[in-house]
Amino acid sequence: MALIDVVGVRKTYDMGGDLVHALDGVDMSIEAGEYVAIMGASGSGKSTMMNLLGCLDTPSSGHYLLDGVAVETLDDQELARIRNRKIGIVFQSFNLLARTSALKNVELPLVYAGRPRRERRDLAIRALERVGLGDRLEHRSNELSGGQRQRVAIARALVNEPSILLADEPTGNLDSRTSEEIMALFDELHGAGNTIILVTHEDEVASHAHRVITLRDGSILEDRRRSPVPPRISALGPTTPEDRAELLGAVSPSEAG
Amino acid sequence: MLFFDNLLTAFESLRTNLMRSMLTTLGIIIGTAAVIAVVSIVQGLQYLISTQLQGVGATYMIVVPKINQNQGAGVVTRQVKLTWDDGQAILERVPGVDMITPLVAGPLATKYRDRQHQPDFVLGVNEDYPDVNNHTVDTGRFLSRLDVERRRKVAVVGTKVVEELRLGSDPIGKEIYVGNLPVTVVGVMEERGQFLGSDNDNFVFIPFDTALAVFGRHAGDQVQLRLQASSAEITSQVKEGVQQLLRRRHNLSEDQEDDFQIILQDELLDSVSSILGGVTAVIGAVVSVALVVGGIGIMNIMLVSVTERTREIGLRKSVGARRQDILMQFLIEAITLSLIGGVIGLGLGYGIGALVSSLLPGDWPPAHVPMWAVALAFGFCSLVGVVFGIYPASKAARLDPIDALRYE
Repeated sequence: MALIDVVGVRKTYDMGGDLVHALDGVDMSIEAGEYVAIMGASGSGKSTMMNLLGCLDTPSSGHYLLDGVAVETLDDQELARIRNRKIGIVFQSFNLLARTSALKNVELPLVYAGRPRRERRDLAIRALERVGLGDRLEHRSNELSGGQRQRVAIARALVNEPSILLADEPTGNLDSRTSEEIMALFDELHGAGNTIILVTHEDEVASHAHRVITLRDGSILEDRRRSPVPPRISALGPTTPEDRAELLGAVSPSEAG
Repeated sequence: MLFFDNLLTAFESLRTNLMRSMLTTLGIIIGTAAVIAVVSIVQGLQYLISTQLQGVGATYMIVVPKINQNQGAGVVTRQVKLTWDDGQAILERVPGVDMITPLVAGPLATKYRDRQHQPDFVLGVNEDYPDVNNHTVDTGRFLSRLDVERRRKVAVVGTKVVEELRLGSDPIGKEIYVGNLPVTVVGVMEERGQFLGSDNDNFVFIPFDTALAVFGRHAGDQVQLRLQASSAEITSQVKEGVQQLLRRRHNLSEDQEDDFQIILQDELLDSVSSILGGVTAVIGAVVSVALVVGGIGIMNIMLVSVTERTREIGLRKSVGARRQDILMQFLIEAITLSLIGGVIGLGLGYGIGALVSSLLPGDWPPAHVPMWAVALAFGFCSLVGVVFGIYPASKAARLDPIDALRYE
């Protein structure tokens, strides 16, 4: 069974009487260990997709199976537990606790997991060392550079050893050199066996992933695998319908559902 | 576990906005300080009154004439009388009464050479007074039975009178004027100090019969009687005996109320306590308004805090905080805020109480804050924190994580 199975998912918002279909029947399946980028222009539904995948929201209809659990059936309490144990989210604006040490920031998910104090500290230190911030444990978030803050955020996302690492425009607030460093870190984490889903509109970021899912107007426009070592070129995707059909057939076994 | 993390977070957040936190708790601080100050002063007062009253013992009682106020217009009323004849009858006929003194008071000035002084009371009493009221002579002697019977022109004075008239270190034998009556000082009473703003040493005792001559012929119609029962166990029996005797002597029929009142020391103590309790309750009620206002201040600042930290709440939810975790976080913050105000207010109130006690004249006891007042103050502060923190906290807990994360 795939790690993530999204089947016929719709998400509809009521915007003052007008029904907006942010997602209009999406099917996709992601295996453990994949390195996926979800792309799309603004309004394509990728943010909604990211919220659903991160269990911050539930679909209006359709099914989202995460590790075999039907997320749409869960209540607030169970969703919180899933977010805590199975998902690590990295945000564009880092979302660190202000005036709080890197260590305390990384400990936060462990606090809600109810881990003992000592264990929390050890795990947080290990996660920070893993992102290269072993010497910045006690620095407060406002004393860190943008790249360091995002590293703290990644350490926080990793610390509970989640099934998925979700990153929402992780380099959106960083300069190009720092962006490369952060992306290299994601590559490294993928190499270590983590499942990574990047949500981005930047080709540069998406080019690190081994699979690119492009959304447009709430449905999948294209789902394309790349070679393991991604070429640094803009991917416009397959141009012929046959190519597309072949690729979709290869990676979307649940298309029929 | 999570509780301590919440507590730490609360302190951190309050420390970050230290000025704001302090201003917010001001209402609570003032409220608690007022409660504690009032309680400590009233407790001191109560203690003082109790010790003063207990000085005369549980066997002490006072009989005073009572003017019946329930009489309709046009009813010819009999003059209410309570006389020393009644007192003597009590001494003779009521078992268990060993000593009794009449007491009449008049507002007369005193004079010695060119010094004038207005004592609080000029009191006409008999030789039993020191034993009945547990008040002894310091130098010289008290009035004797012969002084009373022979209407001698003698007086026993309080230390305040000695001082005001400049009677010197040996006032015995000096001749002073009480009104127009020249009397010889035969004794000085033991000093009692001040009590509730009145000076307990500012009086002159003269023999009862002498007093009647000075105060005029009607003075003897309405006297106070003060007596001691021979033991505490029979006090209520004595009270009953006195009541029956006086009703008979005053020819009161079955349906008529007593035209006198018998006040026991215990009842005096109780009524003082209930008056003080009432005072405390009224002030407490006024002060609790301050605490409620303080609570509203806390609610206000907590709402601001929730809005300011919307993104933080979103983030906490995204890493696995449940609704109740967020609820507890903000509730604990509100309670912490309120309790810090309570602690500061407690110290401040104690300080005010101690200051007031030290400024008050006389032997006022040191401020005393009983444990129940401390517990009550903390309980009330926690309650204020919970009541006024629950709305902002539940508002925070109900935030949608996506909206919260997107909040600018």
